[in-house]
Amino acid sequence: MEMTFDVKSMDFKRAGEAAGKIKKALQLVGMEIDTVRRAVIVAYEAEMNIVIHARQGTLTAKVHPDRLEIEANDEGPGIPDIDLAFQEGYSTAPEHVREMGFGAGMGLPNIKRFSDDLEIESKIDVGTQLKTIIYNQTSGE
Amino acid sequence: MQKYFHSVMLEKENCKGCTNCIKHCPTEAIRVREGQARIIEQLCIDCGECIRRCPNHAKLAITDTLDRLNDYKYTIALPAPSFYAQFGPGVMPHHVLGVLMELGFDHFYEVAVGAEAVSAYLRRYLNQSQRPRPLISSACPAVVRTMQVRFPGLLENIVPIETPMEVSARIAREEAMEKHGLKDEEIGVFFITPCPAKVTAIKQPFGERSYVDGAISMSSIYGEVLNRLNSTGSNLKSTLSPVQGVGWGKTGGENHAIKDHSLLAVDGIHNVINVLEEIERGGLYDIDYIEAQACTGGCIGGPLVPQNPFVSRVRMESLLKELGTRGEQELNVPSEDQFYRLSETILPRPTLKLSDDVNQAIQMLEEVERIYADLPGLDCGSCGSPHCRALAEDIVRGSAETSFCVFKLRDKLQQLAREIVDLSHMQPPAMGRVANGSKEDAKKDEFME
Repeated sequence: MEMTFDVKSMDFKRAGEAAGKIKKALQLVGMEIDTVRRAVIVAYEAEMNIVIHARQGTLTAKVHPDRLEIEANDEGPGIPDIDLAFQEGYSTAPEHVREMGFGAGMGLPNIKRFSDDLEIESKIDVGTQLKTIIYNQTSGE
Repeated sequence: MQKYFHSVMLEKENCKGCTNCIKHCPTEAIRVREGQARIIEQLCIDCGECIRRCPNHAKLAITDTLDRLNDYKYTIALPAPSFYAQFGPGVMPHHVLGVLMELGFDHFYEVAVGAEAVSAYLRRYLNQSQRPRPLISSACPAVVRTMQVRFPGLLENIVPIETPMEVSARIAREEAMEKHGLKDEEIGVFFITPCPAKVTAIKQPFGERSYVDGAISMSSIYGEVLNRLNSTGSNLKSTLSPVQGVGWGKTGGENHAIKDHSLLAVDGIHNVINVLEEIERGGLYDIDYIEAQACTGGCIGGPLVPQNPFVSRVRMESLLKELGTRGEQELNVPSEDQFYRLSETILPRPTLKLSDDVNQAIQMLEEVERIYADLPGLDCGSCGSPHCRALAEDIVRGSAETSFCVFKLRDKLQQLAREIVDLSHMQPPAMGRVANGSKEDAKKDEFME
């Protein structure tokens, strides 16, 4: 089972829609409460990263009985220093975006914190590919 | 599935099968089938939104009548703070309470007093360092039940605190037992309720037991209270009516009583859901406490209140101003924290899944997506499901068919009509010979003559 959503740059009004649809799908499948909880945060942060930083992109959720894979692919500026981007509070979001209360530098750190597995590839001026896995377990993080 | 009590019911004779209610149900718990609304029990949270929406008054709340007072040796009225705001200017709580006593109650206990006590405990609780953020109020049972169904991951954010109604009922009950030497079962405690959600909370409490025995709808006794207020008046001189506790009857009152901290108040169930979604996405961590009420305006906007909520808000505000001029009073409520703690953990009601088997559920979800992609996407509700996606789910669950969709039905009819026309042009071989039949001749050649 796979769902893909288009995500547009700077479309704050619709941000969170894809994460909401993924949540509904996971509840229909009957995934554990903790899996759903983590998936919503990971999907939303990945979606927001595209909205804030990229030109355009897609968010994909692959639902398996034992796990959920969330992938975000975008065309955009890329991440110059990935290690730095994983530091809490580090943000390259433009000032006007921060004034809206977004771009607090918690996106990637939160994605890492709430997922079980994470791969990221980024090319400057081309784009970023993010792959995360969340296992459907009762035990939690 | 465990049998679940519901206060919200359908009056079959009045239901015309219109689809007004299905669109506004926050948990999508209503379907129209065979010309009648049906409430899906596992999903209904008894918020009463459908009672408000139904133009034919086919949705009602099961509440108690004053006759039930005869079942008990000693009865206590528990008026919700919002009740005070239902009357004209100048009507004070002691007038209303005096009249309530004339209706047959032996005693009363103001829920406003319980609310004041809960506020004090909330202030202590919020000062503890170890707690999830933001905390969410437990006071509105419709909000708590929405979370059980749709936001199970946020249940740990709800403060484990009993509601002012339960706190008040317990204090009143224990006082009566001590003062009059009554047995527990001889006392009948009746909540004067603005909503069906509270009725369900009494019959099916979140804690171990409810200290309330019944609920009387504000609307059902309003006329009589109003009459007596005008004629006989009240023989009570004054009441406690603590200002902050009374304020709980409207939006923002709960937060106002807590005072410090970073507080957010949200009212109206669909607004509450938006805020909960934001918390679920990891937002609002800068907020300490959220007062969330299912009804617009708070309890004064409840489905069972007689007065227009915008009018009662003005009444409430002027009442609070008046009460605020009085000095602090001794309330004599329990001080130990344990008294206010919710005795049970609030558990999720995971009722949305398509199947108990994950593999099967995934297959069914794929089927939902396929069917949904083929539906018109107008969300008109004519099929009796709230929107196209819900119909797709209902079809996969086996409770609906594609032909419920009027557009799909029309497509099918058009196709059928076309087939009938096509068929009418065909002729059986034994019939009719075409005059200039060159084609026919060619066909004939296939056969041996």
